Amino acid sequence: MNTVKHHWFGNIKGDVLAGLVVALALIPEAIAFSIIAGVDPMVGLYSSFLIPVVIAFVGGRPGMISAATGAMALLMVDLVAEYGLQYLLAATILTGILQIVFGYLKLARFMKFIPRSVMVGFVNSLAILIFMSQIPYIFEQDWVVLALAAATLVIIYLFPYISRAIPSTLVAIVIITTFTMFSGTNVYTVGDMGTLTQTLPVFLFPEIPLNLETLSIIFPTALALTVVGILESLLTASIVDDMTDTDSNKNRESKGQGVANITAGFFGGMAGCAMIGQSVINVKSGGKGRLSSLVAGIVLILLIILTGNIVVQIPMAALAAVMVMVSISTFDWSSIRNLRVVPRTDSIVMIVTVVVVVYTHDLSIGVFAGILLSAIFFVSKISKVDVDSHFNKQDQVRTYVITGQLFFASVTEMIDKFDYQEGLSSIKLDFTHAHIWDDSAVAAMEKIVNKFNDNGTEVEITGMNEASTLLVNKMKDKLSSH
Amino acid sequence: MFNKILLASDGSEFAVRATEEAIEIAKCNPKTVIHVVYVSEDSKSDVLQNWNTLGVQEQRKQLVRPSVEKIENADIKYEIEFLHGEPGPSIVKHANENNFDLVVVGSRGRNRFQELVLGSVSHKVAKRANCAVMIIK
Repeated sequence: MNTVKHHWFGNIKGDVLAGLVVALALIPEAIAFSIIAGVDPMVGLYSSFLIPVVIAFVGGRPGMISAATGAMALLMVDLVAEYGLQYLLAATILTGILQIVFGYLKLARFMKFIPRSVMVGFVNSLAILIFMSQIPYIFEQDWVVLALAAATLVIIYLFPYISRAIPSTLVAIVIITTFTMFSGTNVYTVGDMGTLTQTLPVFLFPEIPLNLETLSIIFPTALALTVVGILESLLTASIVDDMTDTDSNKNRESKGQGVANITAGFFGGMAGCAMIGQSVINVKSGGKGRLSSLVAGIVLILLIILTGNIVVQIPMAALAAVMVMVSISTFDWSSIRNLRVVPRTDSIVMIVTVVVVVYTHDLSIGVFAGILLSAIFFVSKISKVDVDSHFNKQDQVRTYVITGQLFFASVTEMIDKFDYQEGLSSIKLDFTHAHIWDDSAVAAMEKIVNKFNDNGTEVEITGMNEASTLLVNKMKDKLSSH
Repeated sequence: MFNKILLASDGSEFAVRATEEAIEIAKCNPKTVIHVVYVSEDSKSDVLQNWNTLGVQEQRKQLVRPSVEKIENADIKYEIEFLHGEPGPSIVKHANENNFDLVVVGSRGRNRFQELVLGSVSHKVAKRANCAVMIIK
């Protein structure tokens, strides 16, 4: 009970202030991510209101901010383009259900199978995709748009030198919007991208036929959303853990993300997850507890209801510039410096992950490609088996010392490393520095022994460790029973 | 005299030199405790770079290891503290809030580029800390 109280009211002033800052920073992102997904700005705004409010109660990591995100929006593009908003809402609900299952099965512990280089690739490709999605709004327009975007970026990066109390993205958007409103500059605005209804969301069941065909349409998207949402949320949770020197419950967070997404889906919001950038802003602004997430969501929807008619005047150029800033701060720049420091295979995995994501526009495919490639690299690295031999003249016995991991990928090469034709009456195989892992390795050993026996050479096996001996005996029984 | 010394350490050779001077001062007073303070600037990058390794915190402990070893060998009391944020302001805030008597910093750190853009950490600390500040060249 005390921890609950502490999580909510242990830091009221810091949490309320940080929540305000986050709400202001969330608005442009929620609108931009809706546009990326191809839905009305309201869909992202509802989700950025509902998700942080729900997460405040059910999340596992106080101080972390979840809302509509770029990573999730990018996965929805095809579904929305082909089938429309209702299917997206259904996919959002299914994502939530899958995430709750994920949480109950305690699958967070399997995050350790995702290598570091894949995580870096994930973050970097996310940054590149967000940047690419903004190119049409900046570079494929006239010079006025380019100038507005440039001016926005200048304000975003220089304003912190004047004051850090107000988020510089908000200052930039206010200045640029005011300028275009009063100078009568004719540029695309948020209002041109869809309608902004100044009302609270209402409960609606998605208008879709409830059958297997619908499920087969939404399931692939929902699965990708589940994986990416959990991945980014748990990565963000680890970052907040580190920033606050506290630990968090990752399985509770997975379930919380699920509950939040189900709620979003039923109230007309799109699937979201934790946001690295916003969580960092929150913690740096003094937010540590559950209250900041709640404040962020509520303030966001109040601002939209009260000032929606001004929000639609925001030029797309300014919004796109904010997204450029988001992509720059999402990218892990130290990974470029580290390219030459880390093992070459790690760098290849990172780059392949990025290339696959940028090519497929699907973060989940990139992550799987990265994991698969790392696994292959690992297998090929560990499958190096050395066979050294020395000859004892007195006993006329040659001893082969085998060093390495013996398993399916390493045995074929090993078999050729023995001299079966030497014509000795006996040899020794020393397995002191080897480990036998699977039936392929046992079969290979038998093959080697048989080959020596065929040439009239006796074989003595020594130094096998306990685990290997156990496996060999088990396999022998099994093989002979056939 | 100086009972509580804040030694800013980022694992660079300047930090090691600052450690040696801090030890010399600490030797004058048996009550002195040196707080070795490391400021991590970018949690995101640190967590990413240490995903699946011993952990971020272990990595940071390794970074302050050279300083800590020197202090241990000199048989002086010490504590290790990890802060998050921008190095300059974080050190100033920590020093002012916890009544340190002296801050010892190296004149340069590991990141020359940042120094060029943002100004040096030692300069910021010297300007804003409420206690004595010693900058080691």
